[in-house]
Amino acid sequence: MLDKELRSMIGQVKDGRMDRRAFVKRLAAVGLTAPLANQLLALGGVAMAQSPAVYKPTKRGGGGPLKVLWWQGPTLLNPHFATGTKDQDGSRLFYEPLASWDADGNLNPILAAEIPSLANGGLAADAKSVVWKIKPGVKWHDGKPLTADDFVFTWQYASDPATAAVSISTYGDITVEKVSDLSIRILFKTPTPFWANAFVGAYGCVLPKHLFADYKGSKSREAPNNLAPVGTGPYKFVEFKPGDVVRGELNPDYHMPNRPHFDTIEMKGGGDAVSAARAVIQTGEFDFAWNMQVEDDVLLRLEKGGKGKTVYATGGDIEFIAINFTDPNTEIDGERSSMKTKHPIFSDPNVRKALALLVDRDSVKKAIYGRAGRTTANYLNGPEKFVSKNTSWEFNIEKASKMLDDAGWKVGADGIREKDGKKFKLLYQTSTNGPRQKTQAIVKQACQKAGIDVELKSVVASVFFSSDVANPDTYPKFYADIEEFQIPMTQPDPALHMRRYISANVATKENKWQGQNFPRYVNKEYDDAIAAAETETDPVKRAALYIKCNDLLWQDTVFIPVMHRLLVDACSNTLRPALSGWANRTDNLQDWYREA
Amino acid sequence: MSQYVLRRLLIAVPSLLAISLVLFVVLALAPGDPFSELATNPNVPPEVQAALRAKFGLDDPIYLRYLHWLNAMLHGDWGFSFVSRMNVDTLILQRLPATLYVIGSAQILALLIAIPVGVYAATRPYSLFDQIANTLAFVGFSLPTFFTGILFILIFSVTLDWLPFVYTTDIKATGIRWVLEMIRQAIMPVAVLGLFQAASMTRFVRSAMLDVIRLDYVTTARAKGLGQTTVIIKHVMRNAMIPVVTLIALQMPAVFGGAIVTEQIFRIPGIGSLLISSILSNDTPVVMAVTFVFACLVVLFNLIADVLYGWLDPRISLR
Repeated sequence: MLDKELRSMIGQVKDGRMDRRAFVKRLAAVGLTAPLANQLLALGGVAMAQSPAVYKPTKRGGGGPLKVLWWQGPTLLNPHFATGTKDQDGSRLFYEPLASWDADGNLNPILAAEIPSLANGGLAADAKSVVWKIKPGVKWHDGKPLTADDFVFTWQYASDPATAAVSISTYGDITVEKVSDLSIRILFKTPTPFWANAFVGAYGCVLPKHLFADYKGSKSREAPNNLAPVGTGPYKFVEFKPGDVVRGELNPDYHMPNRPHFDTIEMKGGGDAVSAARAVIQTGEFDFAWNMQVEDDVLLRLEKGGKGKTVYATGGDIEFIAINFTDPNTEIDGERSSMKTKHPIFSDPNVRKALALLVDRDSVKKAIYGRAGRTTANYLNGPEKFVSKNTSWEFNIEKASKMLDDAGWKVGADGIREKDGKKFKLLYQTSTNGPRQKTQAIVKQACQKAGIDVELKSVVASVFFSSDVANPDTYPKFYADIEEFQIPMTQPDPALHMRRYISANVATKENKWQGQNFPRYVNKEYDDAIAAAETETDPVKRAALYIKCNDLLWQDTVFIPVMHRLLVDACSNTLRPALSGWANRTDNLQDWYREA
Repeated sequence: MSQYVLRRLLIAVPSLLAISLVLFVVLALAPGDPFSELATNPNVPPEVQAALRAKFGLDDPIYLRYLHWLNAMLHGDWGFSFVSRMNVDTLILQRLPATLYVIGSAQILALLIAIPVGVYAATRPYSLFDQIANTLAFVGFSLPTFFTGILFILIFSVTLDWLPFVYTTDIKATGIRWVLEMIRQAIMPVAVLGLFQAASMTRFVRSAMLDVIRLDYVTTARAKGLGQTTVIIKHVMRNAMIPVVTLIALQMPAVFGGAIVTEQIFRIPGIGSLLISSILSNDTPVVMAVTFVFACLVVLFNLIADVLYGWLDPRISLR
């Protein structure tokens, strides 16, 4: 039914009888996010709104210097080697992709002449290829013209395993061919509904063939331009000191009119988030500071009568507590949390549900995240079109106690529940990080009231998030009953985000714990839904499948979502940055300007 | 003398080898790996991580990796940073000027305060000046630099708005304005570090002076009618300086090693902040190079201190 209605709505938008915004709103009402709605329209034959960014400056330059503070400074400037967002952000000052994501999750053309759609012939009906037209007249900083050859080369470069590019997963499974000097065709092996991955966003930056051609494959690390980028971006490279500073100056030949606004750009690294906030909000030494992982109380205090404010962007980053489906305390063939075991307590779904009732998300939001978080029952929180409206959460100790009583866990003499002589004891691990330890304390308190004994453990982040096979404390090994951390959503599409939890991805000793399904969740229905979604070309059905996956995770209580986290930055009162929760901070840098 | 120096240098070789071996093994056994940041990124498949590990030789056995490292070091190759994908020596040389400037100035400031104050306090023990100097010294070294640093920022940057608290390596100015800006931005970090060092050093100078000032030869010097200044500077200070020289010599490597906490607070791109960020990102080649350079400097400055003893006190013969 939804399907039919949608089709008629898309038709209305096509004929101009319904306006795009109304369409997005209607879809939001049924639980579909704006980026999804927009991709729906694209597939339905309506061109994606090339969202007119509000950009006021009427001439190029004249904005003075732009000084931004990244408390972890970029350590390298080749976007295809960028291990963290800090490096991607630094590279993006100089290199550009075909398109970027705007605040609503729409594609915003950068080097592309237009966004591919069914109507303009860019998208194939079978979703197995996409043709991008390149904007004519774009020049590299050294004056050479940008052509389709550069894109084909970038694909060859990144997809060569010997190059050891971190973007290999984006480029490995596709083929890129030159159609003409100014257009390329990307071919997918299987129908790919989410076609906007290669050459879009952080890993989408195109490299100049004439400078990197000799440094493909195993010689990649010798390229002199790894540290001295020559791109097409709004700023030209001036200087780079790893971990300290990246500097650029206005590119007089930039391909967008009246842009960029600033004459120079300086990205300074180092220090910590609080003092970065201080340098922007209190003293005004800098215009913008990245990633304010600071308690809201502190930010509110700094903002009183300051020179800046905090700004927020909504993406899909989710902080959650994951439940272990296997037994972390029994060792089988040298492996704990083995697939051959079942968790002695959590194998009962009602016990998992009871635990979810004990996580007081409102208190966590109030006490820790403040404006930087939203409470949610969903694992998948965006884009809007993929967000389930079927789920709910509550904090209710009595209800949880009753469920546990019914499940046979009776309160013992010492106040701890027990069943068949086994105590209800949990080990709750997370990385060492102020907000996480506070969340642990809040959860532990509620658990104690319900008769659950919780032991807290915090592991240094560099160990917890490492892939070190020898270390027992990493999150994929999951030698605990429950664990908490955050998984960022790096693009406005749930495919990669949700694919992690199929049974084939279970982390085991066999795959050196590199499988991404760390809760060791196995559900055939989930596997089938993911498999179906990955080849489904009908965007509405596809969204419905991902919503179903989210609902399965919720029904089975694989995760207890703690907080849907927003991106928080500090920004001077006069700066107008163009930020998106679906992209890196500098992804729309060309549109930043300062209000006089 | 030259024979002595040569012999000492030869003895240093096995000790440096031992140090490097210990450092290497400890770092190799330490948890974490440089590509951990990729682990939570769903875009990066595990195979890429494995390929990167293989490419940087992280999967070889420890002894092989150590021999590779040693061989490269002997050929002047300091290693290759996993994280920045550039040579470690370039990385260190980039950071050296800021460290030398800030930490060096702080050491000089500390000496300029500690020696006169310590000497003067020792000549008048338990006077009002001595009491005040002592009290301030105690306050000085009881306050950690991260506290005074933030206090200075709150007072001089946030409240008074006099000084910048983010250190910039390239100031866009020339001539006298450049010099003034360089001084202006270094005032706070130099003061924080210098005062902290000065506090403990003052105590040290004072007690070294007090030890010497009571000796018979000082009384003799006074008895033959020499003035107070001559006695203190020519006779007392020269002998009292021997332990002080040891202290300073052992602190010199720290000048190159940077000050981790202070550099972090003021965002000074020095060796200390390079070390801490490399440790946090598990960039072993950089950590190894920095700590090894540090070890070499300790050995070298110990030698310099020994040579200086002979000059300060000819009774100490170097054989």
